[in-house]
Amino acid sequence: MKLPRIVITGVGLTAPNGNSLAEFRQNLLNGVAGIERMEIRYMGSQLAGICHYDPLKYQKKKEVRVGTRAGSISIYCAREALADSGVNFEALPKDRIGIYIGCTEHGNVETENEIYNISKFNYDTKFWSHYHNPRTVANNPAGETSLNLGITGPAYTIGAACAAGNMGLIHAAQMLRLGEVDFAICGGVSESPHTFGIFAGFKSQNALATHEDPHKASRPFDLARNGIVISEGGGLYTLERLEDAQARGAKIYGEIAGYHVNSDASDYVLPNPTRQAECVRAAIARAGLKPSDIHIVNTHATATPLGDIQECEAIRAVFGEGCPDTYINNTKSYIGHCMGAAGALELAGNLPSFDDLTVHPTINVDNLDPQCALPGLVLNQPRKAAKVDTILNNSFGMLGINSTLIVKRFTP
Amino acid sequence: MTKDECKKVVLDIIADIAPDEDLSNVKPDVRLRDQLQLDSMDFLDIVMELRKRHGIEVPEKDYIQLASLDSCAEYLTPKFNDLAAKR
Repeated sequence: MKLPRIVITGVGLTAPNGNSLAEFRQNLLNGVAGIERMEIRYMGSQLAGICHYDPLKYQKKKEVRVGTRAGSISIYCAREALADSGVNFEALPKDRIGIYIGCTEHGNVETENEIYNISKFNYDTKFWSHYHNPRTVANNPAGETSLNLGITGPAYTIGAACAAGNMGLIHAAQMLRLGEVDFAICGGVSESPHTFGIFAGFKSQNALATHEDPHKASRPFDLARNGIVISEGGGLYTLERLEDAQARGAKIYGEIAGYHVNSDASDYVLPNPTRQAECVRAAIARAGLKPSDIHIVNTHATATPLGDIQECEAIRAVFGEGCPDTYINNTKSYIGHCMGAAGALELAGNLPSFDDLTVHPTINVDNLDPQCALPGLVLNQPRKAAKVDTILNNSFGMLGINSTLIVKRFTP
Repeated sequence: MTKDECKKVVLDIIADIAPDEDLSNVKPDVRLRDQLQLDSMDFLDIVMELRKRHGIEVPEKDYIQLASLDSCAEYLTPKFNDLAAKR
């Protein structure tokens, strides 16, 4: 069965170091990180990646007040992506548009806020907000986006821990291929720094990064890495079937070439390099490629001591020494771990490589961990590549979910 | 508390829950929903804020009393004054 080709036609994003693809990319090439100190309830000053987009660009004040941060980020990214796509949105049948947004978690922020609120009233639940349920339902970010845009097609979130950003794109491609929708807004979002629980949880796990210089705190592959920087963000794309994109003369960023999703089934939190390697291999096979055809591998590495080594083990198993044209980088070194948005943002940061043939580096590597010394690792300075025709994006998550997405240069 | 002061209390709450609205010309005798973008959740917000900020309880059967600024003042002013007397 010949499946329709799916292409990326628009990108909307907000990251801790940029509120558009152009700004984000420029900062990735210039080594500009975006980590700051933030007061976290019960925990004091912590390092976090916070986005500085203007919510009122696309929302009324009341929408911001009633809605969630994840909803607001989704709306901003969706509208930016639509504008970037150049589609005549008014003319699109709204019931044929799908919204598929990956989330690591949703509802913790809003639940913690309500518990804190009623703590001021002796825990009397009559002070619990009537907005709690619409704010905390798992589909909230997608639902708020559908409300804001008047989209009446399917709009829901995909819970896939930190693999979720890729999953939004993968699911959208599947729905377009099935003919369930004709146009998709998809990717991932995160509001994680607004819940103290994620900080406390990672701290109890000894996996929360510390550093006197916030911009140097997220340091995958460095010997002195000491954990995750928790960040928020959003990366949403417009995806279309190729024939539809071509019919309207759309700009095409790239084509979904292959993907795979699998599960470790081995531990709640510890990654499994064998399953990761299987996931990467399966995605490459589905794309009809071989490992040496991949030009950029964007790693998931979050800067935990063990996790980085295990992903490197998986990458080494797949790419080995026989892939001289394969470059490897990491985006979390600039923006921390944007959780549900991570995969979507990290792909976006690499898409311009199709045009400028430049691979953005992994920054903050002062002393490369020998166990992470992969051939092709781009460290601290951008590198020119002879060709960039394929980008492979890894995103892995807790409970052992792995996702790999491959985007290739569009050629008619 | 006078009825005018009571209207001011209600308007202050509405200013917070409907921050996009222009409240400079709210007609006291016209239903709030007929002149402002307020939905049923917003009215629950008014009830919640009366409870939080002022300790005033509005039972569900009385929600209709919050329809306009005038009816709010008629209904709420005695409640504010009863509460003040108890304190």
